[in-house]
Amino acid sequence: MLGLKKWFLIGISASLVGGATMVSSATADEQFIPLPSYRVGPYAAGGTGLYGGFIDYMRMINERDGGINGVKLTWEECETEYSTPRGVECYERLKNKGPTGASVFNFVSTGMTYAVIERATKDKIPIMSMGYGRTDASDGRVFPYIFPIITNYWSQNTAKIKFIGMTEGGMDKLKGKHIVNLHHGSGYGRETIPVLNKQAEMYSFKVTHLEVPHPGADQKSQWLQIRRMKPDWVILRGWGVMNPTALKEAARMRFPANKIVGVWWSGAEEDVIPAGKSAKGYISAGFHPAGTEFPAVQDIVKHVYDKGKGDLSDKKRLGTIYWNRGVIHGVLTVEAIRTAQEKYGKKSLTGEQVRWGLENLNIDENRLQELGVAGLMMPLKLSCYDHEGGGAVKFQQWDGNKWNVITDWIQSDQSIVRPMIEASAAKYAKEKGITPRDCPKPM
Amino acid sequence: MAFFMEVLIAGLLAGVMYSLVALGFVLIFKASGVLNYAQGTMALFAALSFVSFMEMGVNFWIALVITAIIMIILAFVVERVVLRPLVNQPLITLFMATIGLSFFLEGFAQALWGSQVHRLELGISDDPIFIGDIMVSQFDIFAGVTAAAMVGGLAFFFNKTKMGRALRAVADDHQAALSIGIPLRHIWVLVWVVAGFVAIVAGLLWGSRLGVQFALALIILKAFPVLILGGFESIPGAIVGGLIIGSSEKLAEVYLGPYVGGGIENFFPYMLALVFLLFRPYGLFGEVHIERV
Repeated sequence: MLGLKKWFLIGISASLVGGATMVSSATADEQFIPLPSYRVGPYAAGGTGLYGGFIDYMRMINERDGGINGVKLTWEECETEYSTPRGVECYERLKNKGPTGASVFNFVSTGMTYAVIERATKDKIPIMSMGYGRTDASDGRVFPYIFPIITNYWSQNTAKIKFIGMTEGGMDKLKGKHIVNLHHGSGYGRETIPVLNKQAEMYSFKVTHLEVPHPGADQKSQWLQIRRMKPDWVILRGWGVMNPTALKEAARMRFPANKIVGVWWSGAEEDVIPAGKSAKGYISAGFHPAGTEFPAVQDIVKHVYDKGKGDLSDKKRLGTIYWNRGVIHGVLTVEAIRTAQEKYGKKSLTGEQVRWGLENLNIDENRLQELGVAGLMMPLKLSCYDHEGGGAVKFQQWDGNKWNVITDWIQSDQSIVRPMIEASAAKYAKEKGITPRDCPKPM
Repeated sequence: MAFFMEVLIAGLLAGVMYSLVALGFVLIFKASGVLNYAQGTMALFAALSFVSFMEMGVNFWIALVITAIIMIILAFVVERVVLRPLVNQPLITLFMATIGLSFFLEGFAQALWGSQVHRLELGISDDPIFIGDIMVSQFDIFAGVTAAAMVGGLAFFFNKTKMGRALRAVADDHQAALSIGIPLRHIWVLVWVVAGFVAIVAGLLWGSRLGVQFALALIILKAFPVLILGGFESIPGAIVGGLIIGSSEKLAEVYLGPYVGGGIENFFPYMLALVFLLFRPYGLFGEVHIERV
């Protein structure tokens, strides 16, 4: 009978052989996608759903289409536990994998995105930060490798104030109102303070910023202050456990849930279900809905889950907010590679080539229909000048069982956002000695 | 003044919730001198097991009994696999082992029950009540009464029972306790079982408040300053420490926070605990150890 040590050595050898097989099977017709994911730790609920959707979409492309124009997608996950130092470590570990290196990183973390901006720029690997990350990186002239795609935090915030204004009966009705910005104690949480201050000045409302220290499991002091201030609205800029805690505290303080407007990282099922009835009526921003009715999602069910190859063990999570967001990550990654292939050929591409694909991404309504994601995401067009490409937001309300979309796309106010982005990006360029690229302004 | 009182009371009641977590640490430290880093994860594991059974349709009380059995099994496994091989090793080794245990338990919980967030309703009203103009949470009052009952029971157990005295003897010196016939292994199992039960109570109360999710494991961050301030070996110290930490952090956040940008209640308790350490290195109620050098 084999001893424990022998079994251990056999296990190690088998893993090494397996690993070697995986590496040796990499051919020139593969495109490597690094996935610095977080499936354990305090933010695992969001991470498993989001990266699950991302992987499911890429697997569907491989199963249904045989890859992108014959180029199979490969990927490797690296666990970050939503920790910035581990995210940087994962970046270093994954950046040179695959036949041509990493195509594009999606950290799903503002902290990690900030941390690798200079490395990625030096390594010529694009970073896609869909709905998060460094807002002024929307200025592609200064940040050629960073793509806060679809909508950045500042754009979202202007749409949010528009929504509040519409609900109040017009933007002029914001005058004299009091809005509390209850934000996570992190770079992500503080990201919208400048734009909110600017809007408060423009529309003559009062804004109070209240910080909730990470992870946000106890918010008594903040909500007692809110109770005393009696604001008209609360903007909830939370993440993970901070969200249900805020909603429960709000209910305890008798603050109406339908006067709380959350960011999209506060607008998933995981954010409201633990809060129970306290969450009923709560509103959040979103750049995509929940649901499984979209043809691309149906294809994932047919080509991936029906074959037992799905990433999630619980099929009920398909169509949830985070899973759908993961699918959109997949769509944009695949379309960026497909766009780049049109210029560089149907082969494995480098990060620099994929960056070109991202910068020239143009997904209009027709293309959304072809991809089977019409209604799931908005059309977007990126350029050298504009790395955001979209900027519109919908709002959804929790009815106690599901999210219901309550508005059409609300456009962000670029007359506020873009000058702030350009000023901030210019300041960064000056600090770092970067000469901005000369990019034509889109018409 | 009413607002000040409201903040103070909310802080005191929040402190009781921190004490619930700190109690588990104290129990194991008292009996083995080990700071059990896995206490927060044990609370998570207990709450996750309980809520998963409830979601399977198991009756509340049966789910509670099954969870208690799981925590008993865990105590046996910890003693057999983690502690027994490390008898007479330096305490830092045992502490490191509990860090490993924490990682293992978190992964095991995820493998067993998944990573999803669960809603937990214990049937305790969360509606506030008003004492004059001061608003107080009914849920927090319930947590306070629960903690008081636990402290009373544990204090009696440690001070008035033979087993409790044996636990304290083991904490003082493993080898000396063994030499006078105290069964070390049984004692360790027992204390981990009791810490497991405390983890169930803490896990359910915190889980009911936050939802049962992996962030529950982070509640230990609130327990550490309580332990430093109250003393690692003292059950009353865990309560008094919790009350001081809870009230001071809330008052600091509300009254000092606005002057320094806010968000100070995470680090303020640690600062306060450090100041206390300058004057009372063993905490308010910690045992003073005099060692020959």
